[in-house]
Amino acid sequence: MSFDINYMVGGEAGQGVQSVALLLGKALAGAGCRVFGDQDYESRVRGGHNFFRVRASDAPVKAIDEEVDVLVALNAESVHLHVSEVGRSGAIIYDNERTKGLPADPRLLGIPLQRLAVERAGNAIMTNTVALGAALGLISYDRSSLNDVLKKHFSGAVADENVAAATVGYDHARSLYKGSLAEIRVGSVANRMLMTGNEALSLGAIAAGCKFMAAYPMTPTTSIMEYLAAHAKECNLVMVHAEDEIAAIHMAIGASYAGVRAMTATSGSGFCLMSEGLGLAGMTETPVVIVEGQRAGPAIGFPTRTEQGDLLFLLYAHQGEFARAILAPTTIEDCFWSAVKAFNLADRYQTAVLVLTDSFLASSFGTVEGFDLSRVVIDRGAIHTDADGDPSAYLRHKVTGDGISPRAFPGRGKTLVVTDSDEHDEAGHMTEDAGVRTAQMDKRLRKLTSMAKEVTAPYFYGPEKADVLLIGWGSTYGALQEAADILRRDVSARVLQLNQVWPFPSEAVDAEIRRSKSTFVVENNATGQLARLIRSETGNKVTGNILKYDGRPFTPAIVASAVRREVS
Amino acid sequence: MVALSDYEGMKPAWCPGCGNFGILRALNKALVDLGLEPNQILLVSGIGQAGKLPHYTKGNIFNSLHGRPLPVAVGAKIANPSLRVIAVSGDGDAYGEGGNHFVHTARRNHDITYLVHNNQVYGLTKGQASPTSDPGFVTGSTPEGAANAENPVMMAIASGATFVARSFAGDVNHLSDMIKKGLNHHGFAVIDILQPCVTFNHKNTFAWYQQRVYRIEEGSGYDPVDKIAALNRSQEWGDKIPIGVFYQMTAPTYEDQLTVLKSGALAEQQTDARLVQGLFSQFM
Repeated sequence: MSFDINYMVGGEAGQGVQSVALLLGKALAGAGCRVFGDQDYESRVRGGHNFFRVRASDAPVKAIDEEVDVLVALNAESVHLHVSEVGRSGAIIYDNERTKGLPADPRLLGIPLQRLAVERAGNAIMTNTVALGAALGLISYDRSSLNDVLKKHFSGAVADENVAAATVGYDHARSLYKGSLAEIRVGSVANRMLMTGNEALSLGAIAAGCKFMAAYPMTPTTSIMEYLAAHAKECNLVMVHAEDEIAAIHMAIGASYAGVRAMTATSGSGFCLMSEGLGLAGMTETPVVIVEGQRAGPAIGFPTRTEQGDLLFLLYAHQGEFARAILAPTTIEDCFWSAVKAFNLADRYQTAVLVLTDSFLASSFGTVEGFDLSRVVIDRGAIHTDADGDPSAYLRHKVTGDGISPRAFPGRGKTLVVTDSDEHDEAGHMTEDAGVRTAQMDKRLRKLTSMAKEVTAPYFYGPEKADVLLIGWGSTYGALQEAADILRRDVSARVLQLNQVWPFPSEAVDAEIRRSKSTFVVENNATGQLARLIRSETGNKVTGNILKYDGRPFTPAIVASAVRREVS
Repeated sequence: MVALSDYEGMKPAWCPGCGNFGILRALNKALVDLGLEPNQILLVSGIGQAGKLPHYTKGNIFNSLHGRPLPVAVGAKIANPSLRVIAVSGDGDAYGEGGNHFVHTARRNHDITYLVHNNQVYGLTKGQASPTSDPGFVTGSTPEGAANAENPVMMAIASGATFVARSFAGDVNHLSDMIKKGLNHHGFAVIDILQPCVTFNHKNTFAWYQQRVYRIEEGSGYDPVDKIAALNRSQEWGDKIPIGVFYQMTAPTYEDQLTVLKSGALAEQQTDARLVQGLFSQFM
């Protein structure tokens, strides 16, 4: 029997909400489930209210679901805030000795979490692990997967204590709860991994041969810099914690000029500082990969919350005109492959490639079915060495038909590599000449034409002939697909999702809109930025926008009800 | 053997008589004296009249944005530590727009030599006050006189630079000697260069400097190992202006502390997608 179960873990910052949720995700993935989860947290170190959602199924799960089956409430506030989201047959696990005064509710499942932790594991710090065990006790679940996860996550005596705590929680919940919320009948699957969008992106960057990163910590991309820093030694790379975002992008440009694949990562307000470096990469034709994790702006906005408000900013940031590419990964798996593609595009076209994610995708976690590394192709683009001719005749910015001038690297031979942020001649020296300027501008912009030929085709989901076409970009893909599934009973919907927004895949989008009866663009922003881009690039005005800009991600149900409102 | 003729670049677009000519001559002389070939060096400059200097000599050149030569130089140095990296700025570039990079590049002690053409005025934008303009200096942007002046030598020492010197564009031999010392120093070497601007600074002229500058080691001698003594000495500015090495210490550079660089330049290390295979298990 197929199953689809939704957990929510709630508590205050510093209470270990994240650990419980991630271990729960790992335990479910380890048992063979497909898992997807997200994080909702406040911009504070202690206190407040944070919650994580963890959804597991035997079928692929692409989005979060609104109805909660099991709420693990690590404090009373979590019950008050989320009781209305728990389904009628759901359960709410809470510590009935430490939480008093909750209104009577048949779904409440009181367990003395802390007392059991002290009695059975000898440590109140194991309270969350008791709750974790209890959460899994409500479903038909083989506890050995949980034990494996705990033994892997912890070591020595601490691992044993955690196993003991989880066991008592599991047994206690089983003794109280006469039923099973889900029958999990799948075996473990080889190569299945549970990771966040940022982790997938980090792995993709390392696989692509990124050797240098410089960054300044900023939610939601900090974990990328931390991941690369943590694995710098084993992966032969350097991660520099720069003094600010301006330094970060310029360091990456310097490293790239000297011959290595280089990146930086930030969010929108950090990218504001980076925009001058973006143009420097364009002018000096230096490859650089910039990850921008959007959060709700402007200014500090919601520092930990999600939005898709920076699309047009990234497209137009910096003065003047030059070629750039913007990728918008749609899923956790896509984060890996977008990173690989970004480095290849950057090297081939010798410019900045932006990878546009958001808080939701960056911190969402889910199962991926392994990455086939034989598919990772590293293409460094056109390279010039001393063997290619007289070093003194080398022209770094040689005018060519496709706009690509072979790159040489400084200090690797006799060839001198000269480049300039000023307008420059083919040799890289500054100039005031009108003709040279025009030739260099044309050359640099020709790269955009070449780049447009290898733009990633949009992803499609749903029937070719449908009542409505839903267009999204980036992280909303999962919600849109599941919304189409929900709608199937009354409205047929087709989803077109862009994972590359620049160069714009005009032909594919234009053709799809033209043959659709009605088209809605779904975006996590207030002004419909993609809809405007579609109009400017294809001339099509869409039927309407479905927008959300409260800092929270779309759920399938929200999209589905908005579509119903529009078509009714 | 490398010769001065190997360092002939484009014809400079500086004003006749500009202090920058002395700096260019001193740099070329230092490079030749040290036997460095143009392909062994990387010149990273910012914007301003100083930022043009790399074009007027030879080498690998990255002429970056205003205030940003240091982070570009840092990235390049880490990617390929075999490059002798020389960053070139003016006072606006180094101490104004790039102030934060100056402080932190010094703090991290990257193995970079930093030449700051300090003419105490903005030349490229035609004569506004700079962070090092003397207090009261009247310009188009400071009609009531400039505010307090930055003290680059003190700031460099306080920020953690491991080699801090001052020289004078009118004394090519001294400046060349300072540049050689800076290039031979293992760590971040700052050379603040007093550079007369013949067009926009009619106060701090060649004659004004010539009357004031003297070798720091003159008289009772000076040993640049004591940080507090160096900070004290950095306060001297007025009728007498010391030039020479204010401070030098030995410390591991940022690059020395990177384990990865012990197996060679990043630029020489092969990329291999299989590196990540070993990382996958932690997600299972």
